[in-house]
Amino acid sequence: MSTVTNTTTISSVGAPNRRNTELVLLLFAVAIPVLAYANVGLAKDGSVPGGILGYGLGLGLLAAVAHLMVRRFAPYADPLMLPIATLLNGLGLVFIYRLDLEPAVTTKALGGPKAPGQLMWSALAVAVFIGILVLLKDHRILQRYTYISGAVALVLLVAPVFFPAVNGSKLWIVVPGVGSIQPGEFAKIILAVFFAGYLMVKRDALALASRRFMGLYWPRGRDLGPILAIWALSMMILVLEDDLGSTLLYFGLFVVMLYVATERTSWVIFGLLLASGGAAVVGMTSGHVKVRIHNWLDPFAGIAQHGASEAAQVLWSFGSGGVLGSGLGQGFSRLIGGIGVKSDYILATVGEELGLSGLMAVLLLYGLLIERGARTALAARDPFGKLLAIGLASAMALQVFVVAGGVTGLIPLTGMTMPFLAQGGSSVVANWALVAILLRISHTARRPAPAPAPSPDAEPTQVVRL
Amino acid sequence: MSELTLTVMRLGFLAVLWLFVIVAVQVIRSDLFGTKVTQRGTRRTAGAEQRPPQQRQQQPQAQQGRGNRQRRGAPTKLVVSEGSLTGTTVALQGQTITLGRAHDSTIVLDDDYASSRHARIYPDRDGQWIVEDLGSTNGTYLDRTRLTTPTPVPLGAPIRIGKTVIELRK
Repeated sequence: MSTVTNTTTISSVGAPNRRNTELVLLLFAVAIPVLAYANVGLAKDGSVPGGILGYGLGLGLLAAVAHLMVRRFAPYADPLMLPIATLLNGLGLVFIYRLDLEPAVTTKALGGPKAPGQLMWSALAVAVFIGILVLLKDHRILQRYTYISGAVALVLLVAPVFFPAVNGSKLWIVVPGVGSIQPGEFAKIILAVFFAGYLMVKRDALALASRRFMGLYWPRGRDLGPILAIWALSMMILVLEDDLGSTLLYFGLFVVMLYVATERTSWVIFGLLLASGGAAVVGMTSGHVKVRIHNWLDPFAGIAQHGASEAAQVLWSFGSGGVLGSGLGQGFSRLIGGIGVKSDYILATVGEELGLSGLMAVLLLYGLLIERGARTALAARDPFGKLLAIGLASAMALQVFVVAGGVTGLIPLTGMTMPFLAQGGSSVVANWALVAILLRISHTARRPAPAPAPSPDAEPTQVVRL
Repeated sequence: MSELTLTVMRLGFLAVLWLFVIVAVQVIRSDLFGTKVTQRGTRRTAGAEQRPPQQRQQQPQAQQGRGNRQRRGAPTKLVVSEGSLTGTTVALQGQTITLGRAHDSTIVLDDDYASSRHARIYPDRDGQWIVEDLGSTNGTYLDRTRLTTPTPVPLGAPIRIGKTVIELRK
């Protein structure tokens, strides 16, 4: 009697492809911004805005095309990232549209209404998203371009130095007649590719060749080279471009990836020491950064002399929102004024009109998106994919932290955009590209292993019961 | 717009936003907690996609070993209908299925009343499925009767081992 037990029937169930879940969530993610849009119109004019059909169809069409392309080119990808990105992008469009209705912040000098442009940029971003899904068949191809990515990132980071400063920070490349792009947004993706490729090769040297001292593993002097180089580069950006946020983003990204690659706590401590030391020195010398830090430490100083600072106005708008918010279209964030209200300070409008509960929901959406990225890194089978996924996820996490922390007064305010939510073409394109790469890695990671081909050699060796 | 409508819309929108977050978390939940739970939970849906390659592999063996005697109306799967493993199914492809607390059993019973090698279910030469008690302490019951000899299992008849009930289904 054969006693061969067949246990495969119990153990081998691969991850199902969750495309239908994604579709349901996407319908949800398109419906919520449409509801918000109607809500804004009802609150401002007492009627449903005329553009609701076109707007809803536009967002729906983008989501549908993206979904079909994911179904076709990355069928096992994570089901949550696309809906969350769509929802955040849609909410961002609603908030920009809502601020466009305020004449005070939609003057000619500030560039007029921004929502139509943002919708165009979103369409372009989805096109880039699809392009990456179609053309990037395997994320490991990026590994070949490790050092090229490093060079490109360096160029992108340094280029804005040669262009005039906008709002006190040199973050922009201005092409006359075409517009301006923010290369830093793209640099974060390219830097993540570079770090992932570099650390994958060098991580053993960085992790193992170290001395134990005071309970920590300290790296050898010559292995300190890369972290010091990146630190110097970050500080250079901080000094030349006067931007604390990007410095924190790039250097933080490197330290996070270094820690993930080597599992050595000493790198984190070392990185934090370097970062805080550098920031302190620059904070004491650079005028622009000094003002920001001053506003952070005491946002309400100098109101009597020269009016409230933006940091104070943002805090007031959070306060006026309370727990449940004033309702869409009924806040007073127009009083913040300036261009920043639609981009850097858009969270203030979210906080005022949706209240603490709405802001928490939005932050949770970012949290979920980042969690899916980290989950992708855990599930990925190749070290490069792991490092790249955690790098991209932590780049987004750091950016959300820098912006949300800055706006809520936890850290000094910096000029960075909230991914997907804030007005800004480069930002929305770069973040959709980031999600596309994460989806590609996630597809590779979650795809069930192909069934082993039946081997002809196995046949003669089996026990045949007669 | 009346104040009331706007208040309702404001709270409604927040509710919908949170609903999305909660639904998203529910989707994540299936990924978070190990693989064992998802296997049993999603077996009915996911199993359908997974099974064909296995059958392709198994079928030639079964045919070679004991000829293709799969008759019409023969059971195709074994289903656990009561007990801690409720919902687990095992495809019947001509292999012997062992039941017990031993780790190498096909179905590992987590049941205080089961012996380590409790029973086995196997097809005889005609493809009729037979259940045999392997000298267990508390016995194996087919319907209400305790088994003493290997007995053919009719379709849908409950086989009771401790708190676990399994049956063969088409």
